[in-house]
Amino acid sequence: MTALEVMARATAPIPLDVSFRVEPGELLALVGHSGSGKTTLLRTIAGLWRPHAARVVVGGMTWLDTAAGIDLAPHRRRVGFVFQTYALFPHMTAVQNVMAAMDRPDRAEAGRTLDLVNLSGLADRRPAQLSGGQQQRVAVARALARKPHALLLDEPFSAVDRATREKLYAEIIALRRHLAMPVVLVTHDMNEAQLLSDRMVVVAQGHTIREGTTAQVMADPQALRAMGIRELAAMLPAIIAAHEADGLTRLDAPTGPLFLPGVVGAPGARVQVRIMAHEVILSRQRPIGLSAQNIIAGKVARVVPGAGPGVVVHVDVGGHEILARITRRAADQMALTPGDAVHAILKSMSVARDHVTPGPGSARVAD
Amino acid sequence: MDWTALTLSLQLAAWTVAILLPVSVFMGRFLAYRRFRGKGLVEALVMLPLVLPPTVFGFYLLVAFGRNTPVGDLWQSLFGQPLVFSFEGLVVASVIVNLPFAIQPAQRGFEAVAADVREAAKCCGMAPMASLWLVELPLAWPGVMTAMVLTFAHTLGEFGVVLMVGGSIPGETKTIAIAIYDRVQGFDDRGAAIMSGVLVAISLFTIALTQWMSARMGRRLS
Repeated sequence: MTALEVMARATAPIPLDVSFRVEPGELLALVGHSGSGKTTLLRTIAGLWRPHAARVVVGGMTWLDTAAGIDLAPHRRRVGFVFQTYALFPHMTAVQNVMAAMDRPDRAEAGRTLDLVNLSGLADRRPAQLSGGQQQRVAVARALARKPHALLLDEPFSAVDRATREKLYAEIIALRRHLAMPVVLVTHDMNEAQLLSDRMVVVAQGHTIREGTTAQVMADPQALRAMGIRELAAMLPAIIAAHEADGLTRLDAPTGPLFLPGVVGAPGARVQVRIMAHEVILSRQRPIGLSAQNIIAGKVARVVPGAGPGVVVHVDVGGHEILARITRRAADQMALTPGDAVHAILKSMSVARDHVTPGPGSARVAD
Repeated sequence: MDWTALTLSLQLAAWTVAILLPVSVFMGRFLAYRRFRGKGLVEALVMLPLVLPPTVFGFYLLVAFGRNTPVGDLWQSLFGQPLVFSFEGLVVASVIVNLPFAIQPAQRGFEAVAADVREAAKCCGMAPMASLWLVELPLAWPGVMTAMVLTFAHTLGEFGVVLMVGGSIPGETKTIAIAIYDRVQGFDDRGAAIMSGVLVAISLFTIALTQWMSARMGRRLS
């Protein structure tokens, strides 16, 4: 598999000037508000829309090059597209939907693809007989059955309830081991983007505001201004150590033990924890008599001022970073400078259920 | 009971349906999915036979198909017989008169196929004809089916155009609707009643058949 390169420029119906590159096996999140042009970019890759000037190259094969007059029809592009509405063929069963995307329809192979998305046993149901989450899995299986050179996911989690969404996140993360092609995920949900992506492109009014690794973008107040500064967060890899009698789960993290409310998963399982920057309190001294269960010792790595009254403090904890968004006034009062020892304080209850997911970061824990 | 007239009517309806089925599918699909300048005009033209008095329409067809007209002469040179006052002429007239019945319901049927489902077909690697056959037609089928039933039933009952273009030649252009008119003119109320009854029965049967088929289709999709 090879990289996906995209360049698109247009003035109508929406202004657009974005280019990005996705490596094979990499998951790029295109984030932005509705109307920012992110879905239009996906449609450009698939050939469902043609901007004024655009280039789409997958593995040295040019799908679209307006300058050279190349425009491959959508059905000639090896693309797996998961639509926001799933767009399943309503008159076909689940397995028929999957077979419809195969070059040589093979029921057994289609069945194996359905197994991959945990849909065994529902092969003969029609879309109307499946739940939203099950329909999404069929849509993913159908996209994979195309043996795509690029997998495109258009807000694939927005039509299901929260509990189902958490399950689907875990499944996509597990599925990624089987995905060798570049993957583009369009979403406006920053939690989702951070949990699932390796790199991010933030799009607003059709322009790239910021591109970088997910960790970089999610730590950048400028980049997040468009999407909500309260989304600023760090990801910490951890391993489930034990479920304790009082309902808390003890995790082994690079920071030392981390206590969080009831994490789903067996002891030994790798997870990643999204720690919201505005939930972290900093203290010079190790505080005592505090209700917060997580007091993590670290060192100030950087202090990044924002546009408003806040600053973002990067705290180095055992080779990983925790972000703390505190007021500039507090940072001044504490006279925080890089290299200073600090304690990051995190209430257990401040970590939401859907901020803990099985990690692709699992590999990083082992490193 | 004029069996010859009934058979002729059924033959005329069958030919009309056979010719209009592909027209229905391709024109219906074209009008449903394409946007182009003058689309409103094309749609209006298709609907024209619906609002025009059949006699007026028949008159224009007669003028267009008759002797010493380009169409009439071409037909005469190709088949060695005139187009007007022949069964073939009836078929041509019937096809034109039935355009709105054949195209409109099919267009609605294709419009009902969600745009993202059609896009999904493309992204699944289906070429336009594959998409038509595997995705669009199965979903638009109730519309196309309705179109064909309406065309069939309407052809059986068409009177004005048939009389204008075909005359009333037994075995050639005398359809059941015209036979009924003849019987009434000849004070044969019983004969007219029987034939009318048969027409009602055939029409009811075809409509019941489509409703049953679309209900079955609806169950499959919900």
